[in-house]
Amino acid sequence: MALIRLSSPHVYKANSTANVMRLVLIATLPGILAMTFFFGWGTLIQIALAGSLALAFEAAILKLRKRPVGFFLSDGSALVTAILLAVALPPFSSWWVTATGIFFAIVIAKHLYGGLGNNPFNPAMIAYALLLVSFPVEMTRWTSPMTQNGGGWQIASFADTLQAIFGSVEASWYDSFTGATPLDALRHRGALTTEELWRSSDVLLNGVGAWYAVSAAWFMGGIFLLSRKIFTWHTPLSMLIALFLTASAFYGFDPDNYISPMVHLGVGATMLGAFFIATDPVTSATSNRGKIVFGALLGILIYIIRTWGSYPDAVAFGVLLMNLCAPFIDQYTQPRTYGHSSANRGMKGKN
Amino acid sequence: MSKVFAFHGGIHPPENKKQSTRAPISKAPVPDKLVLPMQQHIGGPSLPLVKVGDTVLKGQMIAEPISRISASIHAPTSGKVVDIAEYPIPHASGLSAECIVIEADGEDRWIEHQGLGDYKQLKRTDLIEHIRASGIAGMGGAGFPTDVKLHLSEDHIVNTLIINAAECEPYITADDMLMRERAHEVLGGIEIIAHILRPSHVLIGIEDNKPNAIHALEAVLKHTDLNIDIVVVPTKYPSGGERQLIKLLTDIEVPSGRIPADIGIVCQNVGTTAAIYRAVHFGEPLISRIVTVTGDAVRHPKNLEALIGTPFSTLLEACDVRPEALSKLVMGGPMMGVTVENDQIPLIKTTNCLIAATEHEMPAAPPTQACIRCGMCEQACPAELLPQQLYWFAKGREFEKAKHHNLFDCIECGACAYVCPSSIPLVQYYRFAKSEIRTEERDQQKADHARQRFEARQARLEQEAAEKEARRKARAAEAAKAQSQKTAVQSSEAAAPETAAPDAKQLKTAAAVARTKLKKAQKAYDEAAALNADNLAELEAALNEARSKADEAEKALASSASSGSEGGDDQSKQLKIAAAVARTKLKKAQDALKNAEDKGLDGVDKLRATVATLEQKANEAQQAYEKAEASGTDKAPVEVDIKALKQQVSIMRTKLKKAESAIDNCEDEADKTRLGQEVEELKKRFEQATAQFDKAEQVLVERAAQAGIDLKQLRIDAAMARAAVTKGERSLSKAESDEERSQIEQDLVAARSKAEALNQTLSQYE
Repeated sequence: MALIRLSSPHVYKANSTANVMRLVLIATLPGILAMTFFFGWGTLIQIALAGSLALAFEAAILKLRKRPVGFFLSDGSALVTAILLAVALPPFSSWWVTATGIFFAIVIAKHLYGGLGNNPFNPAMIAYALLLVSFPVEMTRWTSPMTQNGGGWQIASFADTLQAIFGSVEASWYDSFTGATPLDALRHRGALTTEELWRSSDVLLNGVGAWYAVSAAWFMGGIFLLSRKIFTWHTPLSMLIALFLTASAFYGFDPDNYISPMVHLGVGATMLGAFFIATDPVTSATSNRGKIVFGALLGILIYIIRTWGSYPDAVAFGVLLMNLCAPFIDQYTQPRTYGHSSANRGMKGKN
Repeated sequence: MSKVFAFHGGIHPPENKKQSTRAPISKAPVPDKLVLPMQQHIGGPSLPLVKVGDTVLKGQMIAEPISRISASIHAPTSGKVVDIAEYPIPHASGLSAECIVIEADGEDRWIEHQGLGDYKQLKRTDLIEHIRASGIAGMGGAGFPTDVKLHLSEDHIVNTLIINAAECEPYITADDMLMRERAHEVLGGIEIIAHILRPSHVLIGIEDNKPNAIHALEAVLKHTDLNIDIVVVPTKYPSGGERQLIKLLTDIEVPSGRIPADIGIVCQNVGTTAAIYRAVHFGEPLISRIVTVTGDAVRHPKNLEALIGTPFSTLLEACDVRPEALSKLVMGGPMMGVTVENDQIPLIKTTNCLIAATEHEMPAAPPTQACIRCGMCEQACPAELLPQQLYWFAKGREFEKAKHHNLFDCIECGACAYVCPSSIPLVQYYRFAKSEIRTEERDQQKADHARQRFEARQARLEQEAAEKEARRKARAAEAAKAQSQKTAVQSSEAAAPETAAPDAKQLKTAAAVARTKLKKAQKAYDEAAALNADNLAELEAALNEARSKADEAEKALASSASSGSEGGDDQSKQLKIAAAVARTKLKKAQDALKNAEDKGLDGVDKLRATVATLEQKANEAQQAYEKAEASGTDKAPVEVDIKALKQQVSIMRTKLKKAESAIDNCEDEADKTRLGQEVEELKKRFEQATAQFDKAEQVLVERAAQAGIDLKQLRIDAAMARAAVTKGERSLSKAESDEERSQIEQDLVAARSKAEALNQTLSQYE
């Protein structure tokens, strides 16, 4: 009978980081399915490509860093990063775009900063931002949703999609399957009012429904994670409310020049960002109050960048900017501890 | 029914309580040997009252509290103390500490004990003292001495008494079973505590997973006239934490760094109330407790009433342990309990549970993964801290930040570590950070003390140097002054004997004269008697007269001789002279009378009358002188007496001792009796002498005090002055340079004059 001495507690909840990541992966399924349904095989191929590259890069860098490879690979964090980047990329992006992005996300943004838990920026978003700045043409060539042309379920074949990603296709092929996203269309409006633009644009007339549907799928996945207490309601809710309120204010003031708040919530990466990107615990604020501040500022930033910035979507840049602010927000949003009349602020101060 | 509030966080670990509540509480066997650690409570360790080899009775106090916050320890059974030494104790450190080991004699013989009867008639302080003497300390796990908490009503207003019956940790059912089976003891204890603290309201906080205990309590509560409410709280760990329970029951938070009494609340564990009940009503000190023995490695998990000091192995055997299945032995609950490495470790007052866990039941924690700041710990933390931030600060040794994030409000409940998906041993990090901070603070305090001491020393040295300089100057001035005083004193001294000496001489002469006269008178009488003269009667009278005068003169001389230089003042001198003159006249007249008588002259009658007148005058003068002398030299006899008396006292003492030792040595009974009488006599005389001496000394001291001088101080000063002179002489002999020497010489002169002046003053009074 060899007894050992250990520090309390002696029991643990059956839970693990791998479990958390697995749940996140499960929660992305509705979104992935919706995207595949509306945009074709590209999304799935990108996910497969990004996932295997991410695991390969992760294994390689862990080996270089002399860390136990199997142990850290099994936490699933690399896969989550890969999926989030893959669904953010245009489905027909070339393989080297995806490879560059994954390399940057896993090797530079994550492991060079110390690995899981130590990265200041969301790896998927920083990779996306890098790609958007470096390869603007490839990154804005979004697949048109199959609803856009009104001809039923018409998507590029699996073989063509593989060809587009790993080989090369004629430029005209792209013309028939890709187009502007709703946000692109709304950006480049010329002198038209919102209503005129809405009536004249294919993507806005027929295609936007697909975007709404995809957003709804992400939303469902988010609610699932919320119900499993993987994250709290604070960040997504405050972000969506802030975005909605800001958009409402401008839309109510001048509906001709500004876009309806419902469109803001339904298109682009709003729902994906609210439930899968902004809630990344590593890079966001930590306390409940901090998460509310983080989400609200992110919502406002998204609106500002979408409306007045030079890029059509703003979730990636908004998240990266807020990642920078998170440590600062943490300092000023400590919760009020039991037995204290008020919360501590800042790093120093009387205690 | 009181409202239940909520506290932040909390977790719902598997309860595992059912296993140990199937069987009623049974008595654990009395082991052969009991090991009683001197520290079973928070506060100072107790001090053993027994030695190895002593026989003790059940309930006998064997160790007493040495400080305010400490508890006494009693022998759990009768037997013999076989060792007082260091043994492994049930503590997280796994260290050993001082224990008393008792070998049970199997008789289990009680010491005489009885209850207090109607405790409400007692003074409350006496009641609390009785509880302290019974060695009762909080039985919920922390072991805070109960009497200290009961004293709280002296300087706090206690509105609410909370009885903690939550028992929120998994596995533990000791309180549950106690309430089920002995609810009247719990109530009795509550009544005693309520009598002492006089709260307006008593709340019993109990988790809703103990329906049987709630029913049992409700049944006994019907018979009390106290304002007691049972508050059933939802099962959630750690609702039994003192601060969490207070929040649950009252919605008040205990301010950080304060105690519940500061907000008018006192908490007592339900087990403690039963212990108080037994101590007050039966006079039984805390020598046993109910302990849950459970876990998958015992076949019959149950609650045992076991003696304090019983080794865990005895308890495990009583529940049919499967040694091959046992992988972890936890004292306390799985959340905050302590693992022990050794099943010989004894049960102590705070041991509410013993979990014999199998490997499957409590597997080793999985390897730690990276913290992803998921915030689950934050949602579970009952103190509303940011555990993940504290973890990062502790890991990075950023202790200032950790303190700023209220690390010290952490109650180490383990909820954060329980929920952590990355299996990080968070509580260990907090313990590490806390101890590091405490060490730093101690070091800081030490450094501060050292600095203060150094600064104080510097200041003192400077002050001393300044004082020395001032003293040196003062001495120089004093030396000059003393020099002039000395000359004055010397001159007055020289004058004194001169005036006194003649006096003594005169007296001597007078005495001699008186003696001669007496002789002459004797001779005359003898001759007259031989001649058968008719004036024989007259001569006889003259002779007697002369004799008494001579005596008087002798006496006066004696007294004057002993009084020394302290002779009379001017008046007494004059009187003396007057007396002497009167005597001379008398003598002349006597001579003339004698002559006339011898020759048978006519003027005899006349002369006789003259002589008689003169005699009268001489007598008067002498009397006046003596009277004046007696009043004028009041001091003198005392001063003379003091030394003599002292001597006498010491002589008497020596005699007494001798006589006593003689008695001791003497074998003959008759001799003994005789000697005894002698000793008695000597004793009396010794006492008389001592009394006289004391009286004289008292007079002396008073007189000195009247003169404004403290005799003692004077003596000390004189001694110091003499020492200073000696020192000065010594350093003079060592001095090398001339300059130095002259300086020392100056000092020495001053010191000498001072010493002399002091000696003189002293001699005046001694």
